[in-house]
Amino acid sequence: MKALCWEGVNEVAVEQVPDPQLLNAQDAIVRVRRSVTCGSDLHLLGGYIPFMKQGDVLGHEFLGEVVEVGSEVRKHKVGDRVVVCSFVSCGRCWFCEQGLFSCCDNGNTNPAITETLWGFAPGGCYGYSHALGGLAGSHAEYIRVPFADQGAFAVPDGVSDERALFASDAAPTGWMGADMAGIRPDDVVAVWGCGGVGQMAARAAMLLGAGRVIVIDRFDYRLQMAERVLGVETLNYERTDVGAELLERSGGRGPDVCIEAVGMEAHSPGPQFIYDQIKQQLRIESDRSIAVRDAIYNCRKGGSVFILGVFGGLVDKFPLGAVMNKGLTIRSAQQHGQRYIPMLLERMARDELITEHLATHVMPLSEAPRGYDLFKNKKEDCVRAVFTP
Amino acid sequence: MKLVNWGTAAAVVAAGGAVARRLLGGDGQWPPRSVAPARASRWHVVTINRPIDQVAPGGGIPEPLAQLGDAVEVQLRPAPGGRGTELAVRLRHGESAGVAGGAARISGTDPRRAVRAALRQAKQVAETGEVLSPDAPPTARETLLNSPLEYATRHGREEGRL
Repeated sequence: MKALCWEGVNEVAVEQVPDPQLLNAQDAIVRVRRSVTCGSDLHLLGGYIPFMKQGDVLGHEFLGEVVEVGSEVRKHKVGDRVVVCSFVSCGRCWFCEQGLFSCCDNGNTNPAITETLWGFAPGGCYGYSHALGGLAGSHAEYIRVPFADQGAFAVPDGVSDERALFASDAAPTGWMGADMAGIRPDDVVAVWGCGGVGQMAARAAMLLGAGRVIVIDRFDYRLQMAERVLGVETLNYERTDVGAELLERSGGRGPDVCIEAVGMEAHSPGPQFIYDQIKQQLRIESDRSIAVRDAIYNCRKGGSVFILGVFGGLVDKFPLGAVMNKGLTIRSAQQHGQRYIPMLLERMARDELITEHLATHVMPLSEAPRGYDLFKNKKEDCVRAVFTP
Repeated sequence: MKLVNWGTAAAVVAAGGAVARRLLGGDGQWPPRSVAPARASRWHVVTINRPIDQVAPGGGIPEPLAQLGDAVEVQLRPAPGGRGTELAVRLRHGESAGVAGGAARISGTDPRRAVRAALRQAKQVAETGEVLSPDAPPTARETLLNSPLEYATRHGREEGRL
């Protein structure tokens, strides 16, 4: 079959690879109908997560049709239209039973790497390096879905492929940030990052009762999209004193909840960007945490910060003093999608959650390298590139 | 706390000995001649989200741990807070540390590898009914550049902090 493969730092190519096979009784094989780029893929492309091999298939956010099921698959049958959570979780270990699905004990076939790096191993993720299990990604004609009864969800008839696709990752990730940050009615919520996940976090904050939601980015086309589609307030940090604006818009208190949806390649117009960029390129620090610093600094006393952006290793100049002395609560996670996807699909069916606007560029899989160029370099006002294998 | 020590039972699993030597590496001697000096072994422990009677039905040692035979001691006990069962294993004849331990890892004769792999497999089987297979055939190609990663993934369940 054809698939988009990682071939080296900033090199991808559509290649012929072996078809996936049923290897476990709880597996399903899904024919991919839609697979979308994610900002976290750029960390793989850029070589910031050094656990990729040449020929690894990229992609973790997808929707498709079941074409084969293992003997122990009960919930799905051939022909079902399903959206699949990007994280692979067994659904039966202690962590899954607590709803912490991305912390699954049994979804990662290479636990040694992340145990050594981080102390314990999270679950697996499609197309997201051998540190997270090395499972082939979804930018392909077919994909193997382990623990299919746990990770694949039937899409209601009234929900289009274009909308349901984002129930795989962006929507549950954003919802999780808003939910686990503990948003309460009338809270002021600030979201750093206006990509797919940031927009979904902002929409979730609104649906959870926030009084004001302010999204921060440097790309006007993304901010305008969020204003137009979601109805949120926005700030362009390259032209605005974000701290002063947030104080003014929160009665001088600071946002109650700050959600970071940027990750390890954050930008900033200030000298801290140059500092972090040099250190990252020299591999003295692995991740640029500029947006996390901003979120912590601007959060009100006793407030809540949720880190949704993907980080892989070590950051520098972490403002622990602000965390401690302001009494902040910091939480973070890879997405616990299995906990939210059924609810999100229902909201999509009721038109409460609109996602299809994120798919600014839809193209066949054969054009996927161009899609990543548009997406990575923010060309043609790209928010997400969607591939149709 | 209910504590079941399966060490004595394990000692009489005669057939396990040969299998253990195969699984634990070495040259048929125990401990393998290439692994020295030995030190007291620590317990390698996983918590399985199942009650003890499901982890060890009929009082047997869960597979594939039973295949390690009398080379290991096995303990099972209820985990606190309703978290299931703690399954603990340690090598009867100690494990190497320091330079010797590193050498054993590189040479593939570190007996802890078999213990870790068996513990992880026993946990997965008890919790999910199967051991998740890596994708096969792989789409990635082996190159000189990724050979360290290739090595790490080849031993993905045998290493780590467990």
